[in-house]
Amino acid sequence: MYEFTYQKASSIDEAKSFHSASEEPKYMSGGMTLLPTLKQRLARPSNVIDLAAVPGMSGVEVTNDQVTILARTPHALVASNPDLKRALPALAKLAGGIGDPMVRNRGTIGGSTANSDPAADYPASIVGLGATIHTDRREIAGDDFFLDLFETALEDGEIITKVTYPVPDRAGYMKFPNPASRYCIVGVMVSQKGNEVRVGVTGAGACAFRVPEMEAALADNFSSDAVANIKISPDGLNEDIHASAEYRAHLVTIMAKRAVAEAIA
Amino acid sequence: MTVKFSMTVNGKPVEGETEDRTLLVQYLREDMRLTGTHVGCDTSQCGCCTVHIDGKPVKSCTILCAQVDGCEITTIEGLAQDGELHPMQNAFRENHALQCGFCTPGMVMSAIGIVDRHEGEELDEKTVRRELEGNFCRCTGYHNIVKAILAASQVMNKSA
Repeated sequence: MYEFTYQKASSIDEAKSFHSASEEPKYMSGGMTLLPTLKQRLARPSNVIDLAAVPGMSGVEVTNDQVTILARTPHALVASNPDLKRALPALAKLAGGIGDPMVRNRGTIGGSTANSDPAADYPASIVGLGATIHTDRREIAGDDFFLDLFETALEDGEIITKVTYPVPDRAGYMKFPNPASRYCIVGVMVSQKGNEVRVGVTGAGACAFRVPEMEAALADNFSSDAVANIKISPDGLNEDIHASAEYRAHLVTIMAKRAVAEAIA
Repeated sequence: MTVKFSMTVNGKPVEGETEDRTLLVQYLREDMRLTGTHVGCDTSQCGCCTVHIDGKPVKSCTILCAQVDGCEITTIEGLAQDGELHPMQNAFRENHALQCGFCTPGMVMSAIGIVDRHEGEELDEKTVRRELEGNFCRCTGYHNIVKAILAASQVMNKSA
Protein backbone atom coordinates (compact mmCIF):
# COMPACT_ATOMS: atom_id res chain seq x y z
CA MET A 1 0.00 0.00 0.00
CA TYR A 2 1.06 3.53 -0.67
CA GLU A 3 1.05 5.80 2.34
CA PHE A 4 -2.11 7.65 3.29
CA THR A 5 -3.54 9.53 6.23
CA TYR A 6 -6.23 7.65 8.14
CA GLN A 7 -9.03 9.75 9.60
CA LYS A 8 -11.86 8.45 11.73
CA ALA A 9 -14.94 10.66 11.40
CA SER A 10 -17.34 10.87 14.33
CA SER A 11 -20.17 12.47 12.34
CA ILE A 12 -21.28 12.95 8.73
CA ASP A 13 -20.33 16.64 9.01
CA GLU A 14 -16.86 15.79 10.23
CA ALA A 15 -16.42 13.25 7.42
CA LYS A 16 -17.39 15.92 4.91
CA SER A 17 -15.02 18.47 6.38
CA PHE A 18 -12.17 15.92 6.29
CA HIS A 19 -13.15 15.26 2.71
CA SER A 20 -13.16 18.86 1.56
CA ALA A 21 -9.83 19.54 3.29
CA SER A 22 -7.94 16.72 1.56
CA GLU A 23 -6.30 16.54 -1.79
CA GLU A 24 -7.49 13.09 -2.84
CA PRO A 25 -9.84 11.72 -0.22
CA LYS A 26 -11.65 8.40 -0.15
CA TYR A 27 -14.43 7.39 2.22
CA MET A 28 -14.21 3.92 3.72
CA SER A 29 -17.16 1.96 5.06
CA GLY A 30 -16.30 -1.73 5.56
CA GLY A 31 -13.18 -1.55 3.42
CA MET A 32 -13.79 -4.92 1.76
CA THR A 33 -13.16 -3.46 -1.69
CA LEU A 34 -11.12 -0.40 -0.84
CA LEU A 35 -8.42 -2.16 1.18
CA PRO A 36 -7.70 -4.87 -1.43
CA THR A 37 -7.59 -2.07 -4.03
CA LEU A 38 -5.07 -0.13 -1.96
CA LYS A 39 -3.00 -3.24 -1.32
CA GLN A 40 -2.68 -3.78 -5.04
CA ARG A 41 -1.74 -0.14 -5.49
CA LEU A 42 -4.65 0.38 -7.84
CA ALA A 43 -5.59 3.57 -5.99
CA ARG A 44 -3.60 6.19 -4.16
CA PRO A 45 -5.82 8.33 -1.94
CA SER A 46 -4.13 10.95 0.22
CA ASN A 47 -6.71 10.46 2.97
CA VAL A 48 -8.83 7.46 3.93
CA ILE A 49 -11.85 8.69 5.88
CA ASP A 50 -13.35 5.90 7.99
CA LEU A 51 -17.12 6.22 8.49
CA ALA A 52 -17.30 3.34 11.00
CA ALA A 53 -17.48 5.57 14.06
CA VAL A 54 -20.35 7.73 12.79
CA PRO A 55 -23.25 6.80 15.09
CA GLY A 56 -26.66 5.64 13.84
CA MET A 57 -25.54 4.34 10.45
CA SER A 58 -26.17 0.63 10.90
CA GLY A 59 -29.48 -1.18 11.17
CA VAL A 60 -32.50 -2.56 9.35
CA GLU A 61 -36.08 -1.35 9.66
CA VAL A 62 -39.02 -3.15 8.09
CA THR A 63 -42.57 -1.79 7.76
CA ASN A 64 -45.49 -3.20 5.73
CA ASP A 65 -44.45 -1.54 2.53
CA GLN A 66 -40.80 -0.57 2.95
CA VAL A 67 -37.43 -2.00 3.96
CA THR A 68 -34.86 0.53 5.14
CA ILE A 69 -31.21 -0.44 5.41
CA LEU A 70 -28.82 2.09 6.90
CA ALA A 71 -25.68 2.54 4.85
CA ARG A 72 -23.17 0.90 7.18
CA THR A 73 -25.22 -2.24 7.81
CA PRO A 74 -23.00 -5.26 7.14
CA HIS A 75 -24.19 -7.95 4.73
CA ALA A 76 -24.32 -10.51 7.56
CA LEU A 77 -26.98 -8.42 9.32
CA VAL A 78 -29.06 -7.97 6.18
CA ALA A 79 -28.85 -11.71 5.53
CA SER A 80 -29.96 -12.67 9.04
CA ASN A 81 -32.51 -10.01 10.02
CA PRO A 82 -35.73 -11.98 10.71
CA ASP A 83 -38.12 -9.16 9.66
CA LEU A 84 -36.26 -8.60 6.42
CA LYS A 85 -36.19 -12.34 5.71
CA ARG A 86 -39.97 -12.34 5.99
CA ALA A 87 -40.64 -9.18 3.98
CA LEU A 88 -38.00 -9.48 1.26
CA PRO A 89 -36.36 -12.93 1.36
CA ALA A 90 -34.73 -12.38 -2.06
CA LEU A 91 -32.71 -9.49 -0.63
CA ALA A 92 -31.66 -11.49 2.44
CA LYS A 93 -30.53 -14.25 0.11
CA LEU A 94 -28.58 -11.79 -2.03
CA ALA A 95 -26.77 -10.39 1.02
CA GLY A 96 -26.04 -13.90 2.30
CA GLY A 97 -24.34 -14.79 -0.96
CA ILE A 98 -21.84 -11.94 -1.06
CA GLY A 99 -18.21 -12.99 -0.61
CA ASP A 100 -17.88 -15.26 2.40
CA PRO A 101 -18.85 -15.07 6.10
CA MET A 102 -15.81 -12.97 7.04
CA VAL A 103 -16.41 -10.51 4.22
CA ARG A 104 -20.10 -10.33 5.15
CA ASN A 105 -19.16 -9.36 8.69
CA ARG A 106 -17.37 -6.24 7.42
CA GLY A 107 -18.73 -5.25 4.00
CA THR A 108 -21.67 -2.84 3.91
CA ILE A 109 -24.55 -2.00 1.57
CA GLY A 110 -23.53 1.67 1.36
CA GLY A 111 -19.96 0.87 0.43
CA SER A 112 -20.96 -1.69 -2.17
CA THR A 113 -23.55 0.62 -3.71
CA ALA A 114 -21.25 3.64 -3.83
CA ASN A 115 -18.54 1.57 -5.49
CA SER A 116 -20.69 0.31 -8.41
CA ASP A 117 -18.46 -2.70 -9.03
CA PRO A 118 -19.82 -4.31 -12.20
CA ALA A 119 -19.79 -7.72 -10.48
CA ALA A 120 -21.26 -6.69 -7.11
CA ASP A 121 -24.60 -8.14 -5.95
CA TYR A 122 -26.39 -5.16 -4.40
CA PRO A 123 -26.68 -3.12 -7.63
CA ALA A 124 -28.99 -5.83 -9.06
CA SER A 125 -31.29 -5.25 -6.11
CA ILE A 126 -31.16 -1.46 -6.39
CA VAL A 127 -32.47 -1.51 -9.97
CA GLY A 128 -34.35 -4.82 -9.74
CA LEU A 129 -36.42 -3.76 -6.73
CA GLY A 130 -36.64 -0.05 -7.50
CA ALA A 131 -34.75 1.13 -4.42
CA THR A 132 -34.04 4.73 -3.47
CA ILE A 133 -30.57 5.87 -2.43
CA HIS A 134 -30.60 8.44 0.37
CA THR A 135 -27.55 10.64 0.84
CA ASP A 136 -26.49 13.44 3.12
CA ARG A 137 -28.10 15.90 0.67
CA ARG A 138 -30.84 14.23 -1.45
CA GLU A 139 -32.65 11.13 -2.63
CA ILE A 140 -31.63 9.40 -5.84
CA ALA A 141 -33.88 6.91 -7.65
CA GLY A 142 -32.16 3.54 -8.05
CA ASP A 143 -32.76 3.70 -11.81
CA ASP A 144 -30.68 6.90 -12.03
CA PHE A 145 -27.90 5.83 -9.70
CA PHE A 146 -25.49 3.60 -11.63
CA LEU A 147 -23.88 5.41 -14.54
CA ASP A 148 -20.97 3.29 -15.68
CA LEU A 149 -18.07 1.11 -14.54
CA PHE A 150 -17.39 2.22 -10.92
CA GLU A 151 -19.32 5.40 -11.70
CA THR A 152 -22.47 6.57 -9.92
CA ALA A 153 -24.62 9.68 -9.65
CA LEU A 154 -22.90 10.58 -6.35
CA GLU A 155 -21.28 14.01 -6.33
CA ASP A 156 -17.85 14.70 -4.92
CA GLY A 157 -17.98 14.19 -1.15
CA GLU A 158 -21.58 12.93 -1.11
CA ILE A 159 -22.28 10.18 1.44
CA ILE A 160 -24.94 7.47 1.21
CA THR A 161 -26.89 7.34 4.47
CA LYS A 162 -29.46 4.65 3.72
CA VAL A 163 -31.15 2.59 1.03
CA THR A 164 -34.92 2.09 1.00
CA TYR A 165 -36.68 -0.71 -0.85
CA PRO A 166 -40.41 -0.91 -1.58
CA VAL A 167 -41.65 -4.35 -0.47
CA PRO A 168 -42.63 -6.22 -3.68
CA ASP A 169 -45.43 -8.77 -4.00
CA ARG A 170 -42.76 -11.27 -4.93
CA ALA A 171 -39.11 -11.30 -5.92
CA GLY A 172 -36.32 -13.72 -6.69
CA TYR A 173 -32.54 -13.43 -7.00
CA MET A 174 -30.23 -15.82 -8.78
CA LYS A 175 -26.57 -15.49 -9.48
CA PHE A 176 -23.94 -17.44 -11.29
CA PRO A 177 -20.93 -16.79 -9.08
CA ASN A 178 -17.30 -16.90 -9.98
CA PRO A 179 -16.36 -20.01 -7.98
CA ALA A 180 -13.20 -18.45 -6.54
CA SER A 181 -14.23 -14.89 -5.68
CA ARG A 182 -18.03 -15.39 -5.37
CA TYR A 183 -18.48 -12.20 -7.34
CA CYS A 184 -21.29 -12.36 -9.90
CA ILE A 185 -20.48 -13.46 -13.39
CA VAL A 186 -24.16 -12.68 -13.83
CA GLY A 187 -26.80 -11.97 -11.17
CA VAL A 188 -30.47 -11.20 -11.80
CA MET A 189 -33.08 -9.78 -9.42
CA VAL A 190 -36.67 -10.09 -10.63
CA SER A 191 -39.58 -8.47 -8.77
CA GLN A 192 -43.26 -7.83 -9.18
CA LYS A 193 -45.29 -5.21 -7.36
CA GLY A 194 -48.82 -4.76 -8.69
CA ASN A 195 -48.49 -4.25 -12.45
CA GLU A 196 -44.84 -3.26 -12.26
CA VAL A 197 -42.21 -5.87 -13.03
CA ARG A 198 -38.48 -5.25 -12.76
CA VAL A 199 -35.53 -7.26 -14.01
CA GLY A 200 -32.22 -5.98 -12.64
CA VAL A 201 -28.97 -7.41 -13.95
CA THR A 202 -25.48 -7.21 -12.47
CA GLY A 203 -22.19 -8.75 -13.58
CA ALA A 204 -23.02 -8.62 -17.29
CA GLY A 205 -22.48 -4.97 -18.16
CA ALA A 206 -20.38 -2.00 -17.07
CA CYS A 207 -22.91 -1.39 -14.31
CA ALA A 208 -26.30 -2.72 -13.25
CA PHE A 209 -29.11 -2.39 -15.80
CA ARG A 210 -32.73 -3.38 -16.44
CA VAL A 211 -34.08 -5.54 -19.26
CA PRO A 212 -37.32 -3.89 -20.54
CA GLU A 213 -38.19 -6.73 -22.97
CA MET A 214 -38.19 -9.22 -20.11
CA GLU A 215 -40.15 -6.87 -17.88
CA ALA A 216 -42.87 -6.46 -20.53
CA ALA A 217 -43.09 -10.20 -21.10
CA LEU A 218 -43.30 -10.89 -17.36
CA ALA A 219 -45.94 -8.21 -16.84
CA ASP A 220 -48.12 -10.18 -19.29
CA ASN A 221 -47.26 -13.59 -17.93
CA PHE A 222 -45.15 -13.92 -14.77
CA SER A 223 -43.57 -17.29 -15.48
CA SER A 224 -40.12 -18.66 -16.35
CA ASP A 225 -41.41 -19.54 -19.83
CA ALA A 226 -42.11 -15.88 -20.53
CA VAL A 227 -38.39 -15.01 -20.42
CA ALA A 228 -36.97 -18.33 -21.63
CA ASN A 229 -36.67 -17.17 -25.24
CA ILE A 230 -35.71 -13.56 -24.67
CA LYS A 231 -32.05 -13.12 -25.56
CA ILE A 232 -30.08 -10.01 -24.83
CA SER A 233 -27.39 -8.73 -27.14
CA PRO A 234 -23.76 -9.45 -26.13
CA ASP A 235 -22.68 -6.10 -27.61
CA GLY A 236 -20.87 -4.07 -24.98
CA LEU A 237 -21.15 -6.73 -22.26
CA ASN A 238 -18.20 -7.58 -20.02
CA GLU A 239 -15.65 -10.05 -21.26
CA ASP A 240 -12.79 -11.59 -19.25
CA ILE A 241 -10.99 -14.88 -18.70
CA HIS A 242 -14.00 -16.21 -16.80
CA ALA A 243 -16.74 -15.59 -19.35
CA SER A 244 -17.17 -14.16 -22.84
CA ALA A 245 -19.77 -11.50 -23.61
CA GLU A 246 -21.84 -14.14 -25.45
CA TYR A 247 -21.78 -16.43 -22.41
CA ARG A 248 -22.79 -13.57 -20.11
CA ALA A 249 -25.67 -12.67 -22.42
CA HIS A 250 -26.78 -16.31 -22.34
CA LEU A 251 -26.53 -16.38 -18.54
CA VAL A 252 -28.80 -13.34 -18.21
CA THR A 253 -31.67 -15.34 -19.70
CA ILE A 254 -30.90 -18.42 -17.60
CA MET A 255 -30.58 -16.49 -14.33
CA ALA A 256 -33.74 -14.48 -15.11
CA LYS A 257 -35.64 -17.73 -15.68
CA ARG A 258 -34.43 -19.15 -12.39
CA ALA A 259 -35.08 -15.91 -10.51
CA VAL A 260 -38.69 -15.90 -11.74
CA ALA A 261 -39.05 -19.54 -10.70
CA GLU A 262 -37.75 -18.62 -7.25
CA ALA A 263 -40.10 -15.65 -6.99
CA ILE A 264 -43.07 -17.90 -7.78
CA ALA A 265 -42.00 -20.71 -5.44
CA MET B 1 1.88 9.36 9.52
CA THR B 2 1.28 7.18 12.51
CA VAL B 3 -1.85 6.41 14.45
CA LYS B 4 -2.28 5.47 18.12
CA PHE B 5 -4.66 2.75 19.15
CA SER B 6 -5.62 0.52 22.03
CA MET B 7 -7.13 -2.90 21.74
CA THR B 8 -7.40 -6.14 23.67
CA VAL B 9 -5.59 -9.11 22.18
CA ASN B 10 -6.36 -12.52 23.68
CA GLY B 11 -7.53 -10.86 26.86
CA LYS B 12 -4.52 -8.59 27.30
CA PRO B 13 -4.73 -4.82 26.78
CA VAL B 14 -2.42 -3.50 24.08
CA GLU B 15 -1.53 0.15 23.47
CA GLY B 16 0.29 0.80 20.26
CA GLU B 17 1.31 3.22 17.61
CA THR B 18 1.84 2.25 14.03
CA GLU B 19 1.72 3.56 10.48
CA ASP B 20 -1.75 4.52 9.25
CA ARG B 21 -1.54 1.86 6.57
CA THR B 22 -0.50 -1.04 8.84
CA LEU B 23 -2.80 -4.03 8.50
CA LEU B 24 -3.97 -5.83 11.61
CA VAL B 25 -2.29 -9.05 10.49
CA GLN B 26 1.04 -7.26 10.10
CA TYR B 27 0.82 -5.84 13.58
CA LEU B 28 -0.17 -9.16 15.11
CA ARG B 29 2.62 -11.07 13.39
CA GLU B 30 5.44 -8.57 13.16
CA ASP B 31 4.99 -6.41 16.25
CA MET B 32 3.30 -8.79 18.65
CA ARG B 33 4.99 -11.89 17.26
CA LEU B 34 1.69 -13.75 17.25
CA THR B 35 2.64 -15.75 14.17
CA GLY B 36 -0.14 -18.30 14.46
CA THR B 37 -2.26 -16.07 12.24
CA HIS B 38 -1.04 -16.76 8.72
CA VAL B 39 -0.97 -14.78 5.50
CA GLY B 40 -1.86 -17.05 2.60
CA CYS B 41 -3.08 -15.01 -0.33
CA ASP B 42 -3.05 -11.45 1.01
CA THR B 43 -6.06 -10.70 -1.22
CA SER B 44 -8.91 -11.65 1.18
CA GLN B 45 -9.63 -14.95 -0.54
CA CYS B 46 -7.97 -17.73 1.43
CA GLY B 47 -9.01 -17.08 5.03
CA CYS B 48 -5.68 -18.13 6.63
CA CYS B 49 -5.54 -14.77 8.43
CA THR B 50 -8.96 -15.10 10.08
CA VAL B 51 -9.16 -13.74 13.63
CA HIS B 52 -12.13 -12.75 15.77
CA ILE B 53 -12.90 -9.07 16.21
CA ASP B 54 -15.47 -8.51 18.94
CA GLY B 55 -16.38 -12.19 18.62
CA LYS B 56 -16.84 -12.26 14.85
CA PRO B 57 -14.50 -13.84 12.30
CA VAL B 58 -12.81 -11.27 10.07
CA LYS B 59 -9.90 -11.46 7.63
CA SER B 60 -7.08 -9.64 9.37
CA CYS B 61 -5.27 -8.99 6.08
CA THR B 62 -8.13 -6.74 5.05
CA ILE B 63 -8.50 -4.44 8.03
CA LEU B 64 -6.25 -1.67 9.27
CA CYS B 65 -4.88 -1.62 12.77
CA ALA B 66 -6.37 1.86 13.06
CA GLN B 67 -9.84 0.43 12.43
CA VAL B 68 -9.75 -1.94 15.42
CA ASP B 69 -9.07 0.77 17.99
CA GLY B 70 -11.15 -0.21 21.04
CA CYS B 71 -11.88 -3.73 19.77
CA GLU B 72 -11.34 -7.15 21.31
CA ILE B 73 -9.22 -9.42 19.17
CA THR B 74 -8.87 -13.17 19.56
CA THR B 75 -6.23 -15.05 17.60
CA ILE B 76 -5.53 -18.77 17.42
CA GLU B 77 -3.08 -18.29 20.33
CA GLY B 78 -5.93 -17.11 22.55
CA LEU B 79 -8.18 -20.15 22.21
CA ALA B 80 -6.57 -22.69 24.53
CA GLN B 81 -7.31 -22.02 28.19
CA ASP B 82 -5.00 -23.18 30.98
CA GLY B 83 -3.26 -25.67 28.72
CA GLU B 84 -6.56 -27.14 27.52
CA LEU B 85 -7.19 -26.98 23.79
CA HIS B 86 -10.40 -25.33 22.62
CA PRO B 87 -12.97 -28.00 21.60
CA MET B 88 -12.51 -26.94 17.96
CA GLN B 89 -8.73 -27.36 18.14
CA ASN B 90 -9.21 -30.70 19.82
CA ALA B 91 -11.66 -31.86 17.15
CA PHE B 92 -9.19 -30.89 14.39
CA ARG B 93 -6.58 -32.99 16.17
CA GLU B 94 -8.88 -35.97 16.79
CA ASN B 95 -10.16 -36.00 13.21
CA HIS B 96 -6.82 -35.42 11.54
CA ALA B 97 -8.29 -32.29 9.95
CA LEU B 98 -4.99 -30.94 8.71
CA GLN B 99 -2.05 -31.94 6.64
CA CYS B 100 0.51 -29.16 6.22
CA GLY B 101 -1.27 -26.97 8.77
CA PHE B 102 -0.94 -23.67 6.96
CA CYS B 103 -4.67 -23.00 6.64
CA THR B 104 -5.49 -24.51 10.04
CA PRO B 105 -5.47 -21.39 12.26
CA GLY B 106 -7.86 -19.64 9.88
CA MET B 107 -9.99 -22.77 9.53
CA VAL B 108 -10.31 -23.08 13.30
CA MET B 109 -11.24 -19.40 13.80
CA SER B 110 -13.74 -19.56 10.96
CA ALA B 111 -15.17 -22.86 12.20
CA ILE B 112 -15.86 -21.40 15.63
CA GLY B 113 -17.74 -18.63 13.84
CA ILE B 114 -19.89 -21.23 12.07
CA VAL B 115 -20.81 -22.96 15.33
CA ASP B 116 -21.49 -19.57 16.99
CA ARG B 117 -23.82 -18.49 14.19
CA HIS B 118 -25.85 -21.67 14.60
CA GLU B 119 -25.82 -21.82 18.37
CA GLY B 120 -28.23 -24.42 19.66
CA GLU B 121 -28.90 -25.81 16.17
CA GLU B 122 -27.90 -29.19 14.83
CA LEU B 123 -25.21 -28.34 12.25
CA ASP B 124 -25.26 -30.29 9.00
CA GLU B 125 -22.53 -30.98 6.49
CA LYS B 126 -24.06 -28.79 3.81
CA THR B 127 -24.11 -25.73 6.08
CA VAL B 128 -20.53 -26.31 7.19
CA ARG B 129 -19.28 -26.71 3.63
CA ARG B 130 -21.11 -23.60 2.48
CA GLU B 131 -19.93 -21.46 5.35
CA LEU B 132 -16.34 -22.59 4.89
CA GLU B 133 -16.38 -20.88 1.51
CA GLY B 134 -13.97 -18.21 2.72
CA ASN B 135 -11.22 -20.66 3.74
CA PHE B 136 -9.01 -22.53 1.31
CA CYS B 137 -7.16 -25.72 2.14
CA ARG B 138 -4.83 -26.86 -0.60
CA CYS B 139 -4.01 -30.31 0.75
CA THR B 140 -6.63 -32.23 2.71
CA GLY B 141 -9.67 -31.77 0.52
CA TYR B 142 -11.88 -30.54 3.39
CA HIS B 143 -13.38 -33.93 4.25
CA ASN B 144 -11.83 -34.23 7.70
CA ILE B 145 -12.15 -30.50 8.34
CA VAL B 146 -15.91 -30.77 7.91
CA LYS B 147 -15.97 -33.87 10.15
CA ALA B 148 -14.00 -32.02 12.83
CA ILE B 149 -16.33 -29.02 12.78
CA LEU B 150 -19.41 -31.23 13.09
CA ALA B 151 -17.78 -33.08 16.01
CA ALA B 152 -16.75 -29.85 17.73
CA SER B 153 -20.22 -28.37 17.34
CA GLN B 154 -21.61 -31.27 19.39
CA VAL B 155 -19.14 -30.59 22.20
CA MET B 156 -19.53 -26.79 22.06
CA ASN B 157 -23.33 -26.94 22.04
CA LYS B 158 -23.29 -29.26 25.05
CA SER B 159 -21.02 -27.02 27.09
CA ALA B 160 -22.91 -23.83 26.13
